[in-house]
Amino acid sequence: MNRPSRIRIGRPLAWACLILAVVISLFPLYWMLRTAITPGRELAGDNAGLLPRHPTLLNFERVLGLTTREEARAAGGSGADLDFFRYLGNSILYTGLVTAVQTLLCAMAGYAFARLRFPGRDLLFGMFVAALMVPPIFTLLPNFVLVKELGWLDTVPGLVAPSLLMTPFAVFFLRQFFLGVPRDVEQAALIDGAGKGLIFWRVVLPMSRGPLLTLALTTAVWTWNDYLWPLLVAPGEETRVLTAALGIFLKQSPNTAPDWTGLMAGSVLSIIPVLLLVVFFGRRLVDSIQFSGMKG
Amino acid sequence: MLLRQGEPAAPPVAGPAHRLKAGARGDGRLAAAFLAPALIGFGLFYLYPALRGAWYSMTDWNLLSRPRFVGLDNYARLLHDPLFWNSLKVTAGYVVLNLGIQLVAGLGLAALLHRLTRSLVLRSLLVVPWLVPNVTTGLLWMWLLDADLGFVNHLLTGAGLPAQGFLTSPDLALPSVAVITSWSGTGYTALLLYAGMLLVPRHVYEAAALDGSGEIRTFFRVTLPLMRPILAFVLVVSLIDSFQLFDAVAVTTKGGPVNATRVIYHYIYEQAFTHFKMGYASALALSLVLVLGVLTFVQMRLLRASASDLA
Repeated sequence: MNRPSRIRIGRPLAWACLILAVVISLFPLYWMLRTAITPGRELAGDNAGLLPRHPTLLNFERVLGLTTREEARAAGGSGADLDFFRYLGNSILYTGLVTAVQTLLCAMAGYAFARLRFPGRDLLFGMFVAALMVPPIFTLLPNFVLVKELGWLDTVPGLVAPSLLMTPFAVFFLRQFFLGVPRDVEQAALIDGAGKGLIFWRVVLPMSRGPLLTLALTTAVWTWNDYLWPLLVAPGEETRVLTAALGIFLKQSPNTAPDWTGLMAGSVLSIIPVLLLVVFFGRRLVDSIQFSGMKG
Repeated sequence: MLLRQGEPAAPPVAGPAHRLKAGARGDGRLAAAFLAPALIGFGLFYLYPALRGAWYSMTDWNLLSRPRFVGLDNYARLLHDPLFWNSLKVTAGYVVLNLGIQLVAGLGLAALLHRLTRSLVLRSLLVVPWLVPNVTTGLLWMWLLDADLGFVNHLLTGAGLPAQGFLTSPDLALPSVAVITSWSGTGYTALLLYAGMLLVPRHVYEAAALDGSGEIRTFFRVTLPLMRPILAFVLVVSLIDSFQLFDAVAVTTKGGPVNATRVIYHYIYEQAFTHFKMGYASALALSLVLVLGVLTFVQMRLLRASASDLA
């Protein structure tokens, strides 16, 4: 009598906990959206209920710079100019450029470390591995100074410079992958007279789509989320990315009564690409995280 | 190796490596071509700044005047800087809170997933908060925890409890920050641990069930001990990651109220970019390198001591 009833209570209870965890994960994001479509003036009196009483897109329009300054101020804005279209574009440019170039160049470097023979290889690779252990803030300070000296503040080159060509992690990750690729395929092509360079482009790269995509996804998420570096080197209107824009928006907003509806509208814009990633690459994302877990 | 949270672990190396036969000269020219961009990037943005940072840490540079060599003065000052020690204390407090919440909640979630479902949709949904930019997470929770209009206080007052200034009270600020970052990291941690649980072979559970072991007992006596390696891995990665908390603090509390959330990363940032004390900030950063190096070393030793019982 006791045992079956315990199971009957146990499983629904376990499911309830799991559902609760999903609700805790997602409800804040829903509340973000709800706030973003609430008229700024009604926020204080309208904070219950699943939908606001008078849903509006005005907050999105004003952070995207589609309204006049007077309209924005009337809707609860601070009067600061906002152009999230541009910030969104800058974020896409920053993320796209870094992800594409870095992945390709690190694949080349990783292949060289895994398959080519040259003097000093192990020493160089050892230095890359050592760099994995340095917290980013240590190199961030001098890198900021360097970008400043080059006159690259508030420029795209300054923004992308430190991460465009390589990160030690990307090189390390792909080298480990290439080491594990069976050599037979390459041997066969080598016997057919193809050079190792050609083999890399024609044989190895096409075979490595999976790990390259995993790495590219990871790099894209980091770059999209990157805050401190873009805020320091590219806060200017022309090169400001979304994360920096949100930080600056908050700073310009009055401390006592922040422009929550506008801030949440901007926040929604910053997570749209994230949600798209989950929709299109959900399985790969989950698999790559779990793969790290299996590796542990 | 110093992993940041979210880095996929590198694929394992399969089998003994047979070298492709290379010419007597090796592949020098091809290697040079393939490595050139990465080496330039490494030299300019990793090696050079590391050397420069070490040099700055021995100067009194303030971004305006020329740097003057002061030897180890910055380090001597650091040892007597109460704010430095405070920042280490705050960071350690945050690390304990954040790891505690994430490991317990993550383990619970992983166990639920493991026992109940293989649903990919559910796992994807749980990992969504981790993909949200830290700045957005900070802003969102500032709003949810707002003292007047925030949703959480709305719930509290609805239940007849007094509203709290979660991010403005010196006692609540740090735990609140830990809750915020846990919200974003727990789903990710749960997925890592879930993957570890999948590695425990079925027959172990069957044997436990045959012996009449209940769910909870099996979890503590069988699953958990067999997961030691993955637990150790998650601990190392999360520890190093938590030590470098910045974005959430920079957005929500800016280190306040009265230094209650001034973690080491934020302290370094302030010294460098608010007070322009580049020399002192570099000495702080180099000290952080050392602290993390020691922590990683100790943890790696522990990791090695925790080989799986499944082997």
